[in-house]
Amino acid sequence: MTFKTLLAAALSAVFAVAAQAQDMKMSVTTSFANSGLADVLLPEIKKDTGINVQLLIVGTGQALKLGAQGDVDAVLVHAKAAELAWLAEGNGTHRREIMYNDFIFVGPSDDPAGVAKADRATDALSAIAEAKAPFVSRGDNSGTHKMELRLWDAAGIAPQGDWYRAVGQGMGAALNTASGMNAYLMSDRASWLKFANKGDLKLVYEGDPILFNQYAYMPVNPTKHPHAKNDLANTLEAWLVSDRAKELIDGYTLNGEKLFTFNATVD
Amino acid sequence: MVNPMMVLDKVELRRGGRVIVGPISLGLRDAGVTMAMGPNGAGKTTLLRALHGLERVSSGQIRWAESAEALRARQAFVFQTPILMRRSVLDSIAYPLRLKGVSRGEARERAAACAETVGLRVRLKKDASTLSGGEKQKMALARALITEPALLFLDEPSANLDGRSTREIEEILTHIRAGGTRIVMSTHDIGQARRLADEVVFLHDGRLVEQASSAAFFDAPQSNQAYAYLQGDIVI
Amino acid sequence: MNDILQGLARAAKLVVTLNADLVEITLLSLQVSLGAAVIGSAIGLPLGAWLAINRFPARRMVIALLNALMGLPPVVVGLFVYVLFSRSGPLGVLGLLFTPTAMVIAQVIIITPIIASVAHQAIRELWADYHDLLISLETTHSQRIATLLWDGRRALMTASLAGFGRGIGEVGAIMIVGGNIDHATRVLTTAIALETGKGEFDMALALGFVLIGLAIAVNLTLHMLSRTERGSRW
Ligand SMILES: Nc1ncnc2c1ncn2[C@@H]1O[C@H](COP(=O)(O)OP(=O)(O)O)[C@@H](O)[C@H]1O
Ligand SMILES: [Mg+2]
Repeated sequence: MTFKTLLAAALSAVFAVAAQAQDMKMSVTTSFANSGLADVLLPEIKKDTGINVQLLIVGTGQALKLGAQGDVDAVLVHAKAAELAWLAEGNGTHRREIMYNDFIFVGPSDDPAGVAKADRATDALSAIAEAKAPFVSRGDNSGTHKMELRLWDAAGIAPQGDWYRAVGQGMGAALNTASGMNAYLMSDRASWLKFANKGDLKLVYEGDPILFNQYAYMPVNPTKHPHAKNDLANTLEAWLVSDRAKELIDGYTLNGEKLFTFNATVD
Repeated sequence: MVNPMMVLDKVELRRGGRVIVGPISLGLRDAGVTMAMGPNGAGKTTLLRALHGLERVSSGQIRWAESAEALRARQAFVFQTPILMRRSVLDSIAYPLRLKGVSRGEARERAAACAETVGLRVRLKKDASTLSGGEKQKMALARALITEPALLFLDEPSANLDGRSTREIEEILTHIRAGGTRIVMSTHDIGQARRLADEVVFLHDGRLVEQASSAAFFDAPQSNQAYAYLQGDIVI
Repeated sequence: MNDILQGLARAAKLVVTLNADLVEITLLSLQVSLGAAVIGSAIGLPLGAWLAINRFPARRMVIALLNALMGLPPVVVGLFVYVLFSRSGPLGVLGLLFTPTAMVIAQVIIITPIIASVAHQAIRELWADYHDLLISLETTHSQRIATLLWDGRRALMTASLAGFGRGIGEVGAIMIVGGNIDHATRVLTTAIALETGKGEFDMALALGFVLIGLAIAVNLTLHMLSRTERGSRW
């Protein structure tokens, strides 16, 4: 008898997963989720629009892929070239810039490569390469990784050698690795501020405008994926560019630091 | 009136390239108690299993008489080493009835009665594995009898039993034989063979050495091997 | 060492205060992995029994395949299920991706070979014991399987628990097909991965301790239930 009761209980538990009406799915990058801004925005979105936004926190590549496959209703990423290519393939309706944050360099607290003295981000990278100081790269084709590669390119350096370690994983794993190796790395500011396992690392360089990181919102194309909840995606977009969103985004701080700057243009 | 039950025609069983039984040709009748005798390794177990259909025959034929269809359809086998199910004694005995679709309650009731008949006086709710050697054998006998077979095979059914239990089992066998059940069994207990057998099949080294009525066999065995065996000599 | 102690302390605090998020993801973990274990057992146990008592030409192949599937990386299973249930995939219309149901399906694929394989081992031994009796009693095929499954139920429970254990600790597949969505598909293992990524090692460890406790609790509960069910040794 006990076996049967147990079985019945387990089965009913599995199939009791009810669907909710106003859910929509949005793929976002790890760096956005790590910032904690989502925890502030989502409850407000639900309150104002009734939409329960479910976040899929993945790398930029996967975030766009999920949208292309129709497995989410909108994407929020930060990799302009990839976004435009994605749109050109007919995956989305349009691209709407919402806000930006910035990247920073972190490294050993004694800063053996002297990165802190650099004038520009490219100089900082040159200093690291010259000193052959250990540097951890995401190496996962994410938006952050692509940004890093563009910077190396701009500095005229093809990073390779023992000192350059590509981990092929997300921001958290890369930060953990850098902390363990006491190495330099490029991180989005939010991930760094939230990161709890800093070890001997500290922020060594910031502020070059080239490090600004533009976030854009793109609804999935309902012509390509008829089941995509385009009306909800549009409602969400209207909210994201509203004054209410501006107030929350600009007002969001982590450890006393402002992270994001709202820059959506309202039509 | 005694009719034929089955005929073995040059039956041979080979295992691993070696002949273990045969070639044997013999006929069995449809009534009474046939006793397979012979020293260890003579082939008694193998022969009984082949008759029951558990062993593949390598060459030759086993033919059932058409008139023996009722026997063929209702057989049971008590193995030399009792097969223990991971169940209570009661449920082990009831198992064949459950296979036939008898309800659990009725099957258990009849199993309890059957345990009583074979003199299995233990707490029937306990695990079959906790029975003593002799009790296990009685449990196996009860499990075989519960479906009231028309043809019952028993392979050395009292090998592990003391005198009293052996007598109890022999009484049961005598009783069911009187009820018309055909019995084919083996034993190495010459006294038991004398008490129960109507007919003896004496095997040695996988071959049929002698088949005779019980009276004739024990009075005047025809073969040297059987003579020596009955004398208690070691048969080579 | 310090991390471990902090993790333990934090785990204790979360459990004692019945933290709402913790309760939610723990229940979902249980729901998904118990569901997968039940379905995986319904498939794997009879399959294991069937393989133990049947001789057919491809039998060795099937057993070799089962053993190979046992070593299948969950990530690969996750990808496979993802591709299948993606809106662009063959079963996309069902809209199951990123739901607990998809997570159950992925885990069923992962744990069924384990359950079948362990069941096969156990039933093979039992079948060797029962063979002559069941043949003599002229049992049908399904009667044999039913008898072996019932009489081998203690060993088979171990098979199911092995499957459950693998499921509840699995992260690769459910991360992909569930998406680790907060309040929807987040379970203990994906939450642990998330906290580790944030460098929140003590929180990750705390969840790890809850996971271990949960696995032990499920094992003990089932063993106790099956003991009280029948005062037998089997
Ligand atoms: N499956 C088998 N493979 C090989 N040899 C076997 C097999 N079964 C029985 N034998 C051999 O056949 C002979 C007869 O065995 P058995 O019928 O058990 O004798 P008995 O019951 O008269 O003691 C023995 O020598 C035994 O070792
Ligand atoms: Mg024998």
